[in-house]
Amino acid sequence: MIRFLLGKLAYLIPTFIGITIVAFGFVRLLPGDPVLLMAGERGISPERHAQLSAQLGFDRPLVVQYLDFIGGLFQGDFGTSLATRRPVLGEFLTLFPATVELSVCAIILATLIGIPLGIFAAIKRGSAFDQVSMGAALVGYSMPIFWWGLLLIILFSGILGWTPVSGRIDLLYFFRNGTGFMLIDSLMSGQKGAFTSAVSHLILPSIVLATIPMAVIARQSRSAMLEVLSEDYVRTARAKGMSAWRVVGVHALRNAMIPVITTIGLQIGVMMAGAILTETIFSWPGVGKWMIDSISRRDYPSVQGGLLLIAAVVMIVNLIVDLLYGIINPRIRHS
Amino acid sequence: MTTSSDTQSERGRALREFWFYFSENRGAVIGLGIFVLLLLTAVFAPLLAPHDPIQQYRDFLLTPPSWQEGGSSQFLLGTDAVGRDLLSRLIFGARQSLIIGAVVVTIAVTGGIILGLVSGFFGGWVDTVIMRVMDVILAFPSLLLALVMVAILGPGLMNAMIAIAIVLQPHFARLTRAAVMAEKEREYVMAARVAGAGRIRLMVRTILPNCLAPLIVQGTLSFSSAVLDAAALGFLGMGAQPPLPEWGTMLAEAREFILSAWWVVTFPGLAILITVLAINLVGDGLRDALDPKLKRS
Repeated sequence: MIRFLLGKLAYLIPTFIGITIVAFGFVRLLPGDPVLLMAGERGISPERHAQLSAQLGFDRPLVVQYLDFIGGLFQGDFGTSLATRRPVLGEFLTLFPATVELSVCAIILATLIGIPLGIFAAIKRGSAFDQVSMGAALVGYSMPIFWWGLLLIILFSGILGWTPVSGRIDLLYFFRNGTGFMLIDSLMSGQKGAFTSAVSHLILPSIVLATIPMAVIARQSRSAMLEVLSEDYVRTARAKGMSAWRVVGVHALRNAMIPVITTIGLQIGVMMAGAILTETIFSWPGVGKWMIDSISRRDYPSVQGGLLLIAAVVMIVNLIVDLLYGIINPRIRHS
Repeated sequence: MTTSSDTQSERGRALREFWFYFSENRGAVIGLGIFVLLLLTAVFAPLLAPHDPIQQYRDFLLTPPSWQEGGSSQFLLGTDAVGRDLLSRLIFGARQSLIIGAVVVTIAVTGGIILGLVSGFFGGWVDTVIMRVMDVILAFPSLLLALVMVAILGPGLMNAMIAIAIVLQPHFARLTRAAVMAEKEREYVMAARVAGAGRIRLMVRTILPNCLAPLIVQGTLSFSSAVLDAAALGFLGMGAQPPLPEWGTMLAEAREFILSAWWVVTFPGLAILITVLAINLVGDGLRDALDPKLKRS
C-alpha cells in the first residue's frame, strides 16, 4: 500500500509542477504590461512603475521569478488580491467552506439518487422504468446547468415562492467565529429558524450542481450492474436457487460499485467547473463565484492563486479517490 | 480495377453493418434526425428566419409569445429586451452552435491525434513529456481553464473556441496514444514495417484507421461538450459578444428578466438542451454500433 501511495505521489509531482508553471505563466502571458495589470486600472507614475516592477520582481530573469514564486508558495504566499489588498490564500480559505458545503451536499444528493436509479434500471432492463430513468439521465447529462438553475428559480422562487433566490442564509442571522459551514454554524448557534433558512438556501443550488453528476452516476451504475449481472458467478448464484434480491444485494452490488466509486471521485473535478456556474447564478459566496468576479475585475493575482489552489484541491481529491480505489480493489493495488 | 471495386463493396458492407447496429438504437436515430434538422436550420437560417436577428423593433420590447396575452402574430416566440425577434435569433443561433462544435472538434481531434500518434509511436521521453503536459491540462476543471485562457486571449467567440479545443484535446491524445500502443506490436504493423513502410505511413495509413472507432465516439461527445462550454462561456460574458445571436449570450442578456419575461430565458436554454441531447443520443448510438465488444455476432 505504501508503495502504491508513493507511486501515485511520484506521478503527481510533475503534474503539480506543471500546474505551477501554468499559474505562473498566466499573468505573464496576459497582453500588456504585467506591472500595469497588477497595479489595476488607475495607472501609475513611471517612478512608481519602476519601484513596483522591482518589488514584484518583474525586472529579473524569468527563472528567478519562477523560483521566487515557488518559494513563496511554500511559505503560504499566494500573492495579494488587488481588489481587497488581502492575501489571496486568506480570501480563498474564507470562501472555500461555502463551495465545499455546496459540493458535498450535491455529491450526496447525486449519489443517493443516481446509484439506486442505475441499479433498478439494470435489474429491470428494458422496462418502462429503465427507459424513463435512463432518458431522464441523458437529459440531465445534456443539461446546460446555468439555464436549469434559472428555470428552478423561476418555478420555486418566482411562482411558488418556496425558496430564496440567492445567498447562503437570511441576513437576519449572523454567526461569530463560525466554521464557515453554514449548516453547522446555524445548528450550533441555536438561533431559531437559522438552520431552516440555511437549508432552504442550499436546496436549489445543490440540485443544480448535482444534476450532471447524478446523471453520470446513474448511467455508470446501470452499465456496471449489467456487466456484473452477466458474470458467471452471478449465474451460479442464481442457479443455486438464490432469490433475485439476494443475488443482487450480496453478489452483484459490491462488485458493481467499484467502478462507480471512481466515477463519483471523478465527478468532484467536474463539480468544481459546475460550481463556477452554480455559484454565479445563485450568488453563492464560494470560490467559483470569486474566480469569475476576479476575472471580470481583472484581479489577476487572485485568478493566479485561485487557479493554483483549485487545481491542487482537485488533484488531492483525485489522489484520495485513487487510494480508496486501491483499498477496495486489490487488483489495482498489486498490479 | 477489381481491387478498387472490392474495396468499395467492402466499405459498403461495413457501412451497412454499421447502420444495422446504429438503427437498432431508436434514441440514436431520433437524435440523428434532430441533428439533421438543426443542420438544415443553420444552413437555411436566412430563409427560415422571419426577421433579421439583430433588427430592434423599438415598439415591441419584451413582447410575449404570440399565443400569450399581449403577444403579436409578428413575433411567434416573442421579443427580447431590445425588441429583437426571439425565433429569428434562435434560428441564427443554431449556426453559431454548430460552427462552434465543428471548429472545436476539428482543432481538438487534429491536435490530439497528432500528439497521440507521436507519443504512442515514439515512446520514451517524447511520450513522457507530451503525456505530462496532457495531465496538467486535465488537472484543471475544464471550464475554469477555458475561462482563464479567454481572459488571456480576450473575450470573443474565436478565442472561446480555441480555449475549449485546448481543454478537450488531451482526451483525444490519450485515446490515440492508448490505441497506438495496443496496435503497434500487432502483426499487420510488423508486416507493413518489414515491407518498408516509413514512419509517417505506418502511423497515418496503417495504424490510425484501426484506432478510429473510439475517436469517433469521443469526437461526438466532445461536440456536445463544446456546445455546452461555449454557451457557458457566453453566459458568463466571456464567449460570443452581443449582438451576435449565440444561445448562451442570449441567456446572459435575459438573466435580469427571469421573473418578468419567462420566454427570453426559457427558449434559448431549451435550444441548447435539445442540441446537446440530440448529439449525445447520436454519441450513445455510435458507441454501441462501433464497440465490437457489444456486437452480438
